[in-house]
Amino acid sequence: MDLLEYQGKELFKRFGIPVSEGRVATTPAEARKAAEEIGGAVVVKAQVLTGGRGKAGGVKLADDPADAEQKANDILGLDINGHIVRTLWIESASDIAKEYYLSITFDRGAKKPLFMFTTQGGMEIEEVAAKDPDALVRLHVDALEGYQPWIARRLVYGAGVEDPGEQKQIADIIGKLYRCFVESDAMLTEINPLIVTPDGTVKALDSKFTVDDSALYRHEDVAALRDTSAADPLEALAREKGVTYVKLDGSVGILGNGAGLSMSTVDVVVTAGGKPANFCDLGGGGNAQGVVDALEVITRDAQVKSIFFNIFGGITRCDEVARGVLEAVERMRIELPIVVRLDGTNADEGRRILAEAAPPNLHVEPTMLDAAKRAVELAA
Amino acid sequence: MAIIVDRDTRLVVAGLTGSEGRFHGLRNRAYGTNLVAGVTPGKGGQDVEGVPVFDTVAEAVSEAGANTSMIFVPARFAPDAIYEAVDAGIQTVICITEHIPAHEMLRVYTYVRPKGVTLIGPNCPGVLSPGKANVGIIPAEVFQAGSIGLVSRSGTLTYQIGNELAQRGLGNSSIVGIGGDPIVGSSFIDILEKFEGDPETEYVVLVGEIGGDEEEKAAQYVADHLSKPVFSYIAGFSAPPGKTMGHAGAIISGSSGTAAAKKDALEAVGIKVGTTPTEVAELVVAAAA
Repeated sequence: MDLLEYQGKELFKRFGIPVSEGRVATTPAEARKAAEEIGGAVVVKAQVLTGGRGKAGGVKLADDPADAEQKANDILGLDINGHIVRTLWIESASDIAKEYYLSITFDRGAKKPLFMFTTQGGMEIEEVAAKDPDALVRLHVDALEGYQPWIARRLVYGAGVEDPGEQKQIADIIGKLYRCFVESDAMLTEINPLIVTPDGTVKALDSKFTVDDSALYRHEDVAALRDTSAADPLEALAREKGVTYVKLDGSVGILGNGAGLSMSTVDVVVTAGGKPANFCDLGGGGNAQGVVDALEVITRDAQVKSIFFNIFGGITRCDEVARGVLEAVERMRIELPIVVRLDGTNADEGRRILAEAAPPNLHVEPTMLDAAKRAVELAA
Repeated sequence: MAIIVDRDTRLVVAGLTGSEGRFHGLRNRAYGTNLVAGVTPGKGGQDVEGVPVFDTVAEAVSEAGANTSMIFVPARFAPDAIYEAVDAGIQTVICITEHIPAHEMLRVYTYVRPKGVTLIGPNCPGVLSPGKANVGIIPAEVFQAGSIGLVSRSGTLTYQIGNELAQRGLGNSSIVGIGGDPIVGSSFIDILEKFEGDPETEYVVLVGEIGGDEEEKAAQYVADHLSKPVFSYIAGFSAPPGKTMGHAGAIISGSSGTAAAKKDALEAVGIKVGTTPTEVAELVVAAAA
């Protein structure tokens, strides 16, 4: 789960990482009030889960509360890479002398947390890595050893930070960021830029933060932060129903069991010349309610013209899926053509159940490829 | 021979008294796996259809001679169950449980790895050596015994490919589901190494998916160390970036982890990559015929 800038900063603050004072606003009037409370010049920042906010006009300096209200009015409703701005973060404006970069990512390849630090902040880290690789200090941490102060020394000296005051503050932030990373179950924590003000104070001016979905059960406060307003409404509905669903942009609705087979089903529909409307994984279950829930999400998408059920029964029993399909078709009065392919555990029984009931819009195909072709034809 | 599980496997199931653990543990026994014990704290002394249940893994080892553990307990208890098995001297741990936090798994991995224990999973379907032993949730009836080693990050997709092979008269030496999480105990490379050393395995099929760079590393390993022909299938060519596709590990981050990049890396070292499960089965048939 990705966090918005202000949410990440709230977590930073909790772990003692310095950030500017700020307020959330969802209307121009709230932005004005926030600016009044903060006092002085403020920055009005669009809160969206995408990069390039600045270039898109989503970050603006405001001199006073009236100006903040005006800037908020300009930014709210903006479309930034397909994300509509509905929330703003109003924070005290900072004077910037230097811009650094600090992050910890979960390095899957090395199977260790990875620190990255450079004094060339403010731009994309990939750019720094490509242009001036020596300026970027990378350091893995042993997950059992955890954070030790030498790690901060390697990073700070390695990147060539010379001012003793800066060294001390950054080392402190590095230690705190590691605690924040581990204790928040983060997959990514990034501060870009980590600024130094003209008076030598170091603080986090932005945040990028991803939390492990599998760990949300032990971070209820973080789980509650999920930004449902900006999410695709179908994906939000799917989450509510516990359905694993990703919206795509085509006309063939897809339902498979298991992540790999479902992904493969999406690919095979493309191979057959069709456009998948979604990825949807029924998971290991496949009882009637699971099928109904999934179909409810898939059929809510007006672009869907046919539905392709691709089931390979392992734990999932095909007879149960067949009953689930029939029940869902009846309960939900689905009229869209449905193509079903069943294989594996109790497949014969499943096919028999479907053949007996034989609703007019149901098409049973013997193989994954045949079924994909049929579903594509029916969506045309 | 086969790899990881075979006739010498003496299985203990962590969570044998739970509904899922019981169902699959007994299913594995019915297949012929030597299920010697279950472990559920507080239920020591009971039995599940004649299989003794112990309070600790240490007892399952000393009393019942267990050498392989299957973890079937919920995510919040699974890391503890893995540590307990490893510390009790179990050499092969297969973790079916999904949704274990990645940081938790990172610590488990870092602890277990230097001990030389084979850890498969988490979030995996287990390991099946047809005709010998089945540890996990793989539907054994889909597969036949044979000479093709199959290793995959996905469960159902593996069944699909195994079934396509079986329909064409080909069987498997072992089928290993390494799991779909960002951190898994055994990588493709670990399993490729075992297949290379297994005299019964003549061909290897590697089933990958988007996310991470394990397929790319596997390609290099195949080029450097494998004498046996390898075939591959990758799922997720049409997956959009930034979206988790069912498996926690199946996500394209920025421009890394795409199916196209993996296919290119595999083909660059001469591995044939099928574009559909059917095609990869046909590629193996063409080579094995």
